Amino acid sequence: MRNLWIFINRYNAFFFFIIFFTIGLILTVNNNSYQRSVAVNSTNAVVGKAYNNLNVLKKYLNLGDVNDSLASENAKLKTELLTLKNIDSAKDVVVKDTLSKSQYTYLSARVIKNSITLRNNVITINRGKADGLASGMAVISPGKGVVGYIRDVSDHLATISSLLHKDTKVSVTLKKNNALGTLVWGTKNSDYRKAYLKDVPNHFKIALKDTVVTSGFSSFPPGIPVGRVSNTGIATGDNFLTIEIELFNDFSTLQYVYVIKDKLAEEQKSLESKLPNEQ
Amino acid sequence: MNSKIILVNIFRWFLLLFIQILLLRNLSFYGLATPFVYIIFLLLLPFKIPNLLLYLIAFFTGLTLDAFYDTMGVHAAACVTLAFVRISFITVTVNKDNFDEPEPTLGNMGFKWFSIYAIFCTLAHHVVLFFLETFRLTEFSYTLLRCLFSSLFTLFLIILIEFIFYNRKAR
Repeated sequence: MRNLWIFINRYNAFFFFIIFFTIGLILTVNNNSYQRSVAVNSTNAVVGKAYNNLNVLKKYLNLGDVNDSLASENAKLKTELLTLKNIDSAKDVVVKDTLSKSQYTYLSARVIKNSITLRNNVITINRGKADGLASGMAVISPGKGVVGYIRDVSDHLATISSLLHKDTKVSVTLKKNNALGTLVWGTKNSDYRKAYLKDVPNHFKIALKDTVVTSGFSSFPPGIPVGRVSNTGIATGDNFLTIEIELFNDFSTLQYVYVIKDKLAEEQKSLESKLPNEQ
Repeated sequence: MNSKIILVNIFRWFLLLFIQILLLRNLSFYGLATPFVYIIFLLLLPFKIPNLLLYLIAFFTGLTLDAFYDTMGVHAAACVTLAFVRISFITVTVNKDNFDEPEPTLGNMGFKWFSIYAIFCTLAHHVVLFFLETFRLTEFSYTLLRCLFSSLFTLFLIILIEFIFYNRKAR
């Protein structure tokens, strides 16, 4: 005991240092919210990281389900948004049925077959008659851009003739000046990122990077971005401009699509069928 | 003699803390160099001060600074570290038996000894101060940079002050 006391006394500077430094440190951590929160956080960070690493595998396995639920939720939200946006204020007074206020509803669908290399490409999705799909409905991709039209429907599946198909034509306009045109993939085109805008009247001045959106005349709702102009100087020899478009959506990575149900489609069709065929 | 030293030190304590809190607290170059000149008070305490008293003085000086800087305990810990370095340095370099200088000033000890002494003490103080204040190792290099620049600034001011109050004794 005496030896210990002598030892401590001999190196008293060091022991005093330990004592006072510890007091200072305790004061620092206790009386200062910043250091306290950091101290707590750093321990939490260690624990949290461990948990995170353990959960990575589990999270990955659930990814498909999560994707499905997110896509359907998106469809629901987009429908709601359209309900809010497309209210016809003139009609609003008389029409009591709130369902008829919105013309378009969205339905999410998963792509189960897709091709981009053929001349006429067809996409198959996992929705069908049971979900209310019918031939001729418009299909868009979740991010930006049009996909095509529903071609045939079975009970639970449907085929889409994608934009990369010789029969697919979409009515589009240039956002800048509302010049109307027809979007087609093009006859000698094999690039799935490019399409052609035809039948644009000659007097419009079209610049590179101009955005092309849907016009609303075909089954697509108006204003959906399709792509941007990448080449204006294509000589065809006819009275209309032909413009090369760089598409916004990537057909090679298509995973989910939205099918657009148009409430007024039947009505429009029957009305327009009464016209004499003048063309 | 003894009471004179005590009075001088008390006066020095008030003056330096006054300068530190009112003037130097607002001084900073690019957020990198912040001077802490008050530690010169701890550097200039007499040689013969008992260790416990030195630690107590250092601790409470630090606490006073903490109260004004709102950094509870940071300055106290830094000052205690400085006291430890001071004791170690003096034990190694000064032979206490046949020695009659009262205080480790520049005039008493010469420029070389005093500058090395000040460098060690200032670095120890600043390292503890800045790392406790930052309290994380992710900003290690930035904190170290702040430490170095602040130490340079503080050292410059300490040596300047020592030269201003330079009274060389015959050795």
